Amino acid sequence: MSTAETRETGLRRTPGLVPVSETLRTADRPLPPGAADSAPAETGAATVGAGPAEIEGATVGAGPSEIGGVAAGGEAVDVIDLAGPAPARRFGAFWRLLGSELGLTFRRPRNLVMLAVLASVPVILGVALRLVTDDMDAEGRGGGMGGLVASVAGNSLMLAFASLSFLVALLMPVAVSVVAGDAIAGEASGGTLRYLLAAPAGRTRLLLVKYLNAVVFSFAIAAVVAVSALVTGMALFPVGPVTLLSGTTVSVADGLLRVLISVGYVGAGMAALAAVALALSTFTEVPIGAIAGTVVLVIVAQVLRAVPQLEPISPYLLPTWLTRFDGALRDPVDLAAMRDGLLAFGAYILLFGSVAWARFTGKDITS
Amino acid sequence: MTAVTLDAGAPFGAAPPSARPAIVTRGLTKRFRGGQVAVDALDLSVPRGSVYGFLGPNGSGKTTTIRMLLGLAAPTSGEHELLGLPLGEALPRVGALVEGPAFYPYLSGEANLRRFDAADPTAPPATVRRRVAEALDRVGLTAAAGKRYRTYSLGMRQRLAIAAALLGPRELLILDEPTNGLDPQGTREVRSLVKQIAAGGTTVFVSSHLLAEVEQMCTHAAVMRAGRLVAQGSMASLGGGQVPRVRVRTPDTADALRVLRSLGLADVRADGPEPGDGVSAELGGHAPERVNAALVGEGVAVRGFAVERPSLEDVFVRLTGEGFDVDG
Ligand SMILES: Nc1ncnc2c1ncn2[C@@H]1O[C@H](COP(=O)(O)OP(=O)(O)O)[C@@H](O)[C@H]1O
Ligand SMILES: [Mg+2]
Repeated sequence: MSTAETRETGLRRTPGLVPVSETLRTADRPLPPGAADSAPAETGAATVGAGPAEIEGATVGAGPSEIGGVAAGGEAVDVIDLAGPAPARRFGAFWRLLGSELGLTFRRPRNLVMLAVLASVPVILGVALRLVTDDMDAEGRGGGMGGLVASVAGNSLMLAFASLSFLVALLMPVAVSVVAGDAIAGEASGGTLRYLLAAPAGRTRLLLVKYLNAVVFSFAIAAVVAVSALVTGMALFPVGPVTLLSGTTVSVADGLLRVLISVGYVGAGMAALAAVALALSTFTEVPIGAIAGTVVLVIVAQVLRAVPQLEPISPYLLPTWLTRFDGALRDPVDLAAMRDGLLAFGAYILLFGSVAWARFTGKDITS
Repeated sequence: MTAVTLDAGAPFGAAPPSARPAIVTRGLTKRFRGGQVAVDALDLSVPRGSVYGFLGPNGSGKTTTIRMLLGLAAPTSGEHELLGLPLGEALPRVGALVEGPAFYPYLSGEANLRRFDAADPTAPPATVRRRVAEALDRVGLTAAAGKRYRTYSLGMRQRLAIAAALLGPRELLILDEPTNGLDPQGTREVRSLVKQIAAGGTTVFVSSHLLAEVEQMCTHAAVMRAGRLVAQGSMASLGGGQVPRVRVRTPDTADALRVLRSLGLADVRADGPEPGDGVSAELGGHAPERVNAALVGEGVAVRGFAVERPSLEDVFVRLTGEGFDVDG
């Protein structure tokens, strides 16, 4: 082993000749220093698997020492280890990547615009309802107001429920589809996916980060809508005890709790939709395809749900469950209905999460 | 050269990881849907510490090979190994540039590097600021660090991609056509950067479709054609750049051969059957003027005397019988 150092120098400085089979063989069974001398003839051929094996002048500089240097490097173990021991996985690395992902999502102008649009809807809705009620009051028909208008006009908290039920049909699903549908396909189309995976982000880990990011976004949009609606409602309508759908009246604090429950439920529903969008996102390199695909699925499901003859399949459709947060407006809170909804969301997440995982971990990244 | 039987359990031998070549592939094959074989039974062996040129015309399978090496695409058959380690352990020690730069256009150069650093589970977050600054400095992008990537020129983008490959201590750099789209100045910069990195002990695997580039940068090379490995070895062994031959045009073939042999030149031979075809030999360490003087002194009628360095292109043409053109 005394030759290790000189051999190592040979490895670095002197380009040696490396026919593949030669290298493999010597790497497999490191030759003693002298053994390489016996094979100078083989070293002359630089060609692998090609017809004309002879290259003129190939023997120069291919002396035994280089062969030993390159191929029998097994004897210079300690010297060549450049970077030392394997860099360990760091605790918190997952959260660092998630943080990076959230940073991208919540700083990206497109997503901020969507959040702003979602936040503005309750404001528009509130102002419109306020104008309607003012008109009605002026005409002296205040007593004849219909359900939604009446309940919102009567209590500020009701604007939150009204906004959620209005937005949960299409606008919130669109926003979630944009973020989750873009998750993988967007990185693929931009080419950044190959660099993330080479980093190496890890496919399962990246997919999980992408999904959790979409989940955070799902809850964020529900929260943004609710907060915007509460602020608007309190500015435009009376604050006080809330009359629920079941006719009972609860305190403001109880009402706020019910808004919170609704936000959680809608967030969970959007997270289920995000799983669908994420799954589609792993099948394409065109983000708009995954986004539009998810939105189309939502619309188709809404249409199917509206057909009375198709009643039996409605429990399998996501939109059927999205509006069930109105269980929070009953007294006592309709836990059974909401539990069924949450189970449906869980089933969607499991199913489409598995599809996304199976696809993404097995796919060639050719973008 | 015959195939070597290897242990079934340890495809690349039982030597410790750091003793194995930086890159080994065995029978690496990629067949795309539609049947096209982009990479065909590739056996590569990239020695540690080398600057290894992966040369081939456009479409010869270089990028596909690199994608497989990095785990981005699954081989149809065959095996590969980086740094003697399982892929997941190897990748943090590998910096890569694959088929051109790709970044988030709405982020600054610096924010982009942070993003990719965050994706590496072994990268220490405490030092990210310093490492990003160093990487940017190394490629000369410090002044543009805060500018959005969208505004970068092609050369700046390419350099940012190289910076991303240099974010951590790397044992291996895999650079896929790093000078693509660069002007001559940028090309020179990349070349000197590669040399500098290699001088630090990092193995550099650099693909290119430009013969001259590989000749100037690399200690070793592999030549691809239509998915197949045509040749690989040190530049010396491939005849690129480092083995000058002296070529003597003379009618006195026999005398010239005798003189050259007596001088101790290697591989002395007549270049053709006719007298007047001339003779040639490897120059080795001899001074050409001395060789010429010796020939003349011995009465050889020297009509022409030249020192030739065979180019990789000669090698390629000789091996394939074709020019170095685009593959389908
Ligand atoms: N995703 C793909 N699907 C089908 N064929 C592909 C794909 N990617 C590359 N190819 C084909 O494989 C061959 C090798 O391509 P590539 O590895 O990019 O070559 P290079 O990088 O040497 O220019 C080409 O003929 C190319 O058309
Ligand atoms: Mg390529």
